[in-house]
Amino acid sequence: MARAVTTQRKAFNTLLAWGIGLGIFFPILWTILTSFKTEGQAIADPPLFLMFDWTLENYAVVQERSDYMKFLTNSVVIAGGSTLLGILIAIPAAWSMAFVPSKRTKDILLWMLSTKMLPAVGVLYPIYLLFIELGILDTRTGLVVVLMLINLPIIVWMLYTYFREIPSEILEAARMDGASLKSEILYVLTPMAIPGIASTILLNFILAWNEAFWTLNLTAAKAAPLTAFIASYSSPEGLFYAKLSAASTMAIAPILILGWFSQKQLVRGLTFGAVK
Amino acid sequence: MATQHSRSAARFMMAPAVVLLLGWMLVPLTMTLYFSFKKYLPLRGGDLGWVGFDNYVRFVSSSSFWPSVQTTLVIVGGVLAITLVLGTLLALLLDQPMWGQGIVRILVIAPFFVMPTVSALIWKNMFMDPNYGLFSYLWEFFGAEPIQWMSQASLTSIVIIVSWQWLPFATLILLTAIQSLDSEQLEASEMDGATTIKRFWHIILPHLSRAMTVVLLIQTIFLLSIFAEIFVTTGGAFGSKTLTYLIFQRVLESQNVGLGSAGGVYAIILANIVAIFLMRIVGKNLDK
Repeated sequence: MARAVTTQRKAFNTLLAWGIGLGIFFPILWTILTSFKTEGQAIADPPLFLMFDWTLENYAVVQERSDYMKFLTNSVVIAGGSTLLGILIAIPAAWSMAFVPSKRTKDILLWMLSTKMLPAVGVLYPIYLLFIELGILDTRTGLVVVLMLINLPIIVWMLYTYFREIPSEILEAARMDGASLKSEILYVLTPMAIPGIASTILLNFILAWNEAFWTLNLTAAKAAPLTAFIASYSSPEGLFYAKLSAASTMAIAPILILGWFSQKQLVRGLTFGAVK
Repeated sequence: MATQHSRSAARFMMAPAVVLLLGWMLVPLTMTLYFSFKKYLPLRGGDLGWVGFDNYVRFVSSSSFWPSVQTTLVIVGGVLAITLVLGTLLALLLDQPMWGQGIVRILVIAPFFVMPTVSALIWKNMFMDPNYGLFSYLWEFFGAEPIQWMSQASLTSIVIIVSWQWLPFATLILLTAIQSLDSEQLEASEMDGATTIKRFWHIILPHLSRAMTVVLLIQTIFLLSIFAEIFVTTGGAFGSKTLTYLIFQRVLESQNVGLGSAGGVYAIILANIVAIFLMRIVGKNLDK
């Protein structure tokens, strides 16, 4: 913006924005700090901010006691599997809608979006029953399939908006040069689409990682991911602040870092192109 | 132009996604409809035959129904009001020139990436616990009696937690919209001597109205189905039972599938009413 701004005004903005920003971030910061305290220090009165004996003990205890690795593996497999499967199914669909649009393309896109609006609780029992019948209740396979299906509309939409930005002249030039459909997709389109595909993978991995309706309702001991692991701390006997904090920090840290890279894609992915 | 060949190829490539989503939509939906007309108690006799619209009537006339509708409205309405107002103010602030803007953005956006079970537990235990929570220290510091957040102020607690999670989303989208505003128009109005407030009312707010509508609709759809935040905080006690949670309890906790399914159909209809408005906006944008 070309408007001149006084240094004073800029300093005021900076102070205010940092204050609010830190305030919003504080619960996360507090959790991270608490994870390095002993249980006694975690509930000290008055609360301790930085002046305490930093310890890694909680992390060791959480890993040891609760099979943390198992939950983590489940989260990675479920979020990663559902995202990759969704991408494989969505790429051809988004490609065809972006480059060979028909009169019905818009209707199909909107209809896909409408399946995303279906409230999960409305179909909870049928899915629960189908899972039992198919023997996939409390399995990672089952969750991969369900999370893939609930995120598929978002994946198709995001890829569609990215693909549409690729100039079709380039594809036509390739066709003129005698490229087959296969080589057109493989050698012309894919390299240009990789940034968009990567962004889509990132955002959907995050959404799947944090999903907490199906993961809580369709898992028990075997396939439970981190969302369910953390929920198990809500029972009274699990009330150890430092350990809860360590477990929480481990569950959110990787996704927080990924999330910071995906800020821009978030808008595109969650508003379905309605805000640019 | 697309050839006949590429057209049929296109249809073929779209098929897996379309078929899967069609199945995902139709199969469970049909089953929910089917169950909703049955007396079906898996643990107490199973399928006890057709009952017509009995479940629909009973779901609505049960004593928990209206309170749950009220709770849902309070939570959805409260979170929407907070996130839209604060989100707009925050987006306006973040659009101003400042040092370290990128870092502030990162701090503000962070809560959105925290999984719902984690944010609910952090708030419940480390902030709102009446004995050891930070809020209780704060209240005591000012000489006030600590609040029993989960039992005395369960709805307020949930609204605070969920607003914290969704404020980043509203802020980010409104910020994106503000940044797309034509700066020449703003400069011109400034030269004409328009005050900051006038500029906000006559230029910025109208420009934001579409983005606000989108935030409102998308959030409503997600907020209508919040689950984990209630599951790990109050478990639906202390008047915090939303429509979604009531259906969950009917279906999985009391295993009254027929009754729960009828509730599910109501939830689907409700979500669809909101969705229609959202689709209209999105659809308009597709034509461009």
